[in-house]
Amino acid sequence: MSAASSTTRLSAPGLLRHAVLLATAALVLIPFVWMVSLSIKPPGEIFRTGFSFWPHQFYGFENYAKAMTEAPLPRYMLNGVIVCTLIVLLQILVCAPAAYALAKLDFPGRGLLFGMVLVALILPHEVLALPLFVLGYKLGILNTYAALIFPYVVSPFGIFLFRQFFKTIPDDVVHAARLDGLNELAIVWKVMLPMAVPAIIAFAIFSVVSHWNSLFWPLIAVRDQALMPPPLGIMAFRNEEAGNDYGPLMAAATIVVAPLVIAFLAAQTWFVEGMTGGAVK
Amino acid sequence: MSISLSAITKSFGKNSVLKEISLDIADGEFLTLLGPSGCGKSTLLRILAGLELQSSGTVSIGGRTVDGVRPKRRDVAMVFQSYALYPHMTVAENMALPLRMRGLNAWQRLPLVGRLLPGTRIAKRQIEEEVRRTADALSIGPLLDRKPGQLSGGQRQRVALGRAMVRQPTVFLMDEPLSNLDAKLRVQMRAEIKELHSRLGVTFVYVTHDQSEAMTLSNRVAVMLDGELLQVAPPHEIYADPDDRRVAEFIGSPKINMLAGTVRERGRIDAAGTTLSAVLDMPVGTLVAVGIRPEAFHLTHHAGAGSFAGTVRLVEHMGSDLFVHLDVRGQGEPLIARLLAERAPHVTIGQTLHLAADLDRVLLFDEAGRRIRTTREGRGASVARLREMA
Repeated sequence: MSAASSTTRLSAPGLLRHAVLLATAALVLIPFVWMVSLSIKPPGEIFRTGFSFWPHQFYGFENYAKAMTEAPLPRYMLNGVIVCTLIVLLQILVCAPAAYALAKLDFPGRGLLFGMVLVALILPHEVLALPLFVLGYKLGILNTYAALIFPYVVSPFGIFLFRQFFKTIPDDVVHAARLDGLNELAIVWKVMLPMAVPAIIAFAIFSVVSHWNSLFWPLIAVRDQALMPPPLGIMAFRNEEAGNDYGPLMAAATIVVAPLVIAFLAAQTWFVEGMTGGAVK
Repeated sequence: MSISLSAITKSFGKNSVLKEISLDIADGEFLTLLGPSGCGKSTLLRILAGLELQSSGTVSIGGRTVDGVRPKRRDVAMVFQSYALYPHMTVAENMALPLRMRGLNAWQRLPLVGRLLPGTRIAKRQIEEEVRRTADALSIGPLLDRKPGQLSGGQRQRVALGRAMVRQPTVFLMDEPLSNLDAKLRVQMRAEIKELHSRLGVTFVYVTHDQSEAMTLSNRVAVMLDGELLQVAPPHEIYADPDDRRVAEFIGSPKINMLAGTVRERGRIDAAGTTLSAVLDMPVGTLVAVGIRPEAFHLTHHAGAGSFAGTVRLVEHMGSDLFVHLDVRGQGEPLIARLLAERAPHVTIGQTLHLAADLDRVLLFDEAGRRIRTTREGRGASVARLREMA
């Protein structure tokens, strides 16, 4: 009887735990809720004292229409999809063999190379902006998709993450694969990567989120409107002569954030499955 | 295929793991590398497979030197202790992989394009048939569509065996394949491996630290310790006629009794408060180690020369046998004797007991641990004795 009641009634520590979790969740979520709320309000209501989520006068259509038309937001979103997809694919293509070599192959200088990966891991990407800009200029790729993609293809984080994961795969699996006749690259693609699905998912989330939201480097690398990524769509509503146009600005921000949120929620159960289903000894 | 290892050494930095190992394995032989963990036996097996490179020495398989030949070209198959199955592939895919890598070219292996190429369909059907046949032989046919994660330890072991068998290699390498199984299953799989060997008739090299596996399975056992090959001989000879003290101590359970002895006049030996008669050409005063297997003792009623007197410390009933632990004065560890239960029915703790040793089963070792063969019993004598027993 006591066991049954303890599952329905929360104990004091349980209540405290939930209170802390709820407070944290609220802290994270409130700005987003506010953003969505502002995106459906007319300009007059935005600065009214007192807060209500639903506006007195629904102004959503106007704000979202303006957000979609004022700046070429659909184009920016498409650019975001193209750039992020290519970045993730190329990153996996480059990082997985590098990580495999660092985790499973024995060669002189391996420790040094891994040390360099760690150093690269702590360098913020902004530090490299100017050298990369000059390099991009010399190669003549500025103001193209290539300029947005290539600087991110070699990801120290990806190499590090994959290397750590590959380390946990027993050497015997690699040995068995060699005896079965796979060459080293085939081992990476056919054995290591399929076993590292949780790591790939985690890495893909990090990569897509950070590059979808990236603003700094695209501002430097491209000038053509047709190449700009989503966050620049939000920029279009700032610094106008008439001051900031908050309604459409928030609408644009909502549109930019939405794909990530929807994608994450839709794939959530699958992520969890991937994390546990991969745990085959 | 016969295998020949000559003067194989391997060192990791300053740490020497294998010291000049030379070993010839005959075609169709079942040879076991036996030794405690860390003795280098698995390293030797990996060198044989080509998964690791020796520091010096030569490996040849079937008369062909294979140094620098990649593992897949050596025509060896290996079963690993951890099974090393691919968790993301089904049992059928696991077993088919070695065949696919050999029977299909890179284009034919592509998912969609491959199907369109000539010959792919036939080759794939052959592979499927081969996998099915091997799976049925190991009675894992119903499991072909499962993933390794859904199988029990014994089933995974069979899949690992199947993956090795399916491409019909000429040499089987097994690295402690049974040590992750529970005791009952281990005995069962042991019998199946033995049967597999006689059915396939190819060379097996088997690595284990379990002496019962080594003794039951092998044609010959190679005992390794600290990177050295101590003795290579048939199981009964390893047990009854060891060349080295370390071999004698490693093989046999309970462990062989080792007594410190001194040579007296006319080749007699003083040990543990008694005198054993042996015929030895050694100077008086030489220190020797006297090894007596537990079953080489028998109960005797008279005290005196040739019998060990002591008090019983512990009696272990094993059904047909008794293990009697006897505290003997002047001897640090108790002597362990294995007595037939019907011959020693009333042994109790605290009782004083006299044990005599069968003199032709006493093993003598010099201070360096090398075997001293007495003139009375040569190598032939003790082997003949054992044959008689069998």
